[in-house]
Amino acid sequence: MSETRRNWLLSAPGLVLFGVLLFVPLVMTFILSLNSFDFYGGIKPDIGPGNYFAVLGDGYYYTIFGRTFAIALVTTVICVLIGVPVAWFMLKMTPFWRSIMVLVVIGPLLISVVVRTLGWAIILGNKGIVNDALIHLGLIERPIKMMFTSGGIVVALVHVMVPFMVLAVWAALQRADPAAERAAESLGAGTVTIFRRVVVPQALPGILSGSLIVFSMSASAFATPAIIGGRRAKVIATTVYDEFMGTLNWPLGAAIAMLLLVSVVVVMLAWNRLVERRVEKVIG
Amino acid sequence: MRNGVFAKLCCLVFAAFMLAPIVVVVGVSFTPTGFLEFPPSGISLRWFRAILDAPEFIEGGWISLKLGVISATLAAVIAVPAALAIGRGRFRGREALLALFMSPLMVPTVVLGIAFLRFLTVVGLSGTFTGLALCHAVIILPFVLRLVLASISGLDRATERAAESLGAGGWTVFRRVTLPAIVPGILGGWVLAFITSFDELTVSVFIVNPSTTTLPVRLYSHIAQTTDPLVASVSTVTILFTVVLMIVVDRFYGLDRLLIGEGKK
Repeated sequence: MSETRRNWLLSAPGLVLFGVLLFVPLVMTFILSLNSFDFYGGIKPDIGPGNYFAVLGDGYYYTIFGRTFAIALVTTVICVLIGVPVAWFMLKMTPFWRSIMVLVVIGPLLISVVVRTLGWAIILGNKGIVNDALIHLGLIERPIKMMFTSGGIVVALVHVMVPFMVLAVWAALQRADPAAERAAESLGAGTVTIFRRVVVPQALPGILSGSLIVFSMSASAFATPAIIGGRRAKVIATTVYDEFMGTLNWPLGAAIAMLLLVSVVVVMLAWNRLVERRVEKVIG
Repeated sequence: MRNGVFAKLCCLVFAAFMLAPIVVVVGVSFTPTGFLEFPPSGISLRWFRAILDAPEFIEGGWISLKLGVISATLAAVIAVPAALAIGRGRFRGREALLALFMSPLMVPTVVLGIAFLRFLTVVGLSGTFTGLALCHAVIILPFVLRLVLASISGLDRATERAAESLGAGGWTVFRRVTLPAIVPGILGGWVLAFITSFDELTVSVFIVNPSTTTLPVRLYSHIAQTTDPLVASVSTVTILFTVVLMIVVDRFYGLDRLLIGEGKK
């Protein structure tokens, strides 16, 4: 048996599983998005771009798409602002404290998003911990509305996403040469200068790959916006859910989902192009 | 170079932020009252006893447990041979194969959810445990594949060649030499896949029916309607379960290696 044939044979079970349970369903969903729907007859097998026109011609959906990508963007920026310094501090810790911090970063990642979001719902609610504390301190009279707002979604999303950023930046910094920092220090650079001129450039590959992960995951997140945002701050994922499970207009839901998929893929490709050009610049 | 006071303070605030929702959920679950309060006004196991009177959560827990074990095992059985081919072979299509197997991480989960729903409805498996397990296997396969690939790439081929030169057949070499060497990677990947399946909501919420509703979906639909201390106590139990799993994994594999792919060597 030739080497190549053996390799394909070893991959065959995976290829079959992914062919039947990933490729076929995605193609079926695309076709579904071209079907039409009426409330009496259900899904009709005709083909046409009607659903896409319906979504792209309705300001309601622009608001939802705009809100989703704004939330994803703000979440990504905050994750960079938190993740880069934390990863750098972690690198300089003693092994004991570093292992504690690794636990702090990775631990929440392994706990269900539903559970973590429940925690945020308790913290951010109108009778939640933050509002209670602020009222007790006399800083505010009426509770600040955080549940069912985009701001609340961002806070909880940052919590879900920031570990990915820390891990990506940390991996990049571990590959970097620590001598550069010492050299900068011996030449009289302060901590802020070292961070800005040495650490950030070294962390850049990690920042770029981390941002991509955080942005695409935030744009398609479901659990967090569903629990914190509810019906009042809808994002793309929760809208798709409502179309499928609420109004039962599957073709329209499929079209919205396809638009989400396309926009995430476009952002990813554009981002990769940007990263490649950036790397070329550094090397060339 | 050591961290200054400012850096230490930042890390402390960061740690507080990361642990806040978890501490709050655990704290709330011990309340003796009928509503969510933090810090709790007393310590009571009332809401943990209430779990025993909530069969839907217990049943959901069993379903999630069974689903995690079956789908993680299925994903491992499929991912290990594929990882051997991708990690060892130099053949055309290797990169494409790897991209294909990692692609569930790229496609938005909600898109996967409706795609699975559409497919399972058409083939008549909608709401079944079989359908659920197969779909979970697809979305957790990348986790197993990545860790098995990492352990294969660090493998010394000399031992395998030695075994071959001593007359061992292909299967014997795999069973006696290769497999033992990559077992940590497989186990690490299996656990990560299990946890991912156990916690999965976005895909499951589309493809479960009332008799196959997993624990995360139960929790989600309960929270979507009302948040009482019961969801907190159920959550606390799952947190405890995850913590125990994490400790076991850390002892045998190293938590940092599980998610970064390197670290403890």
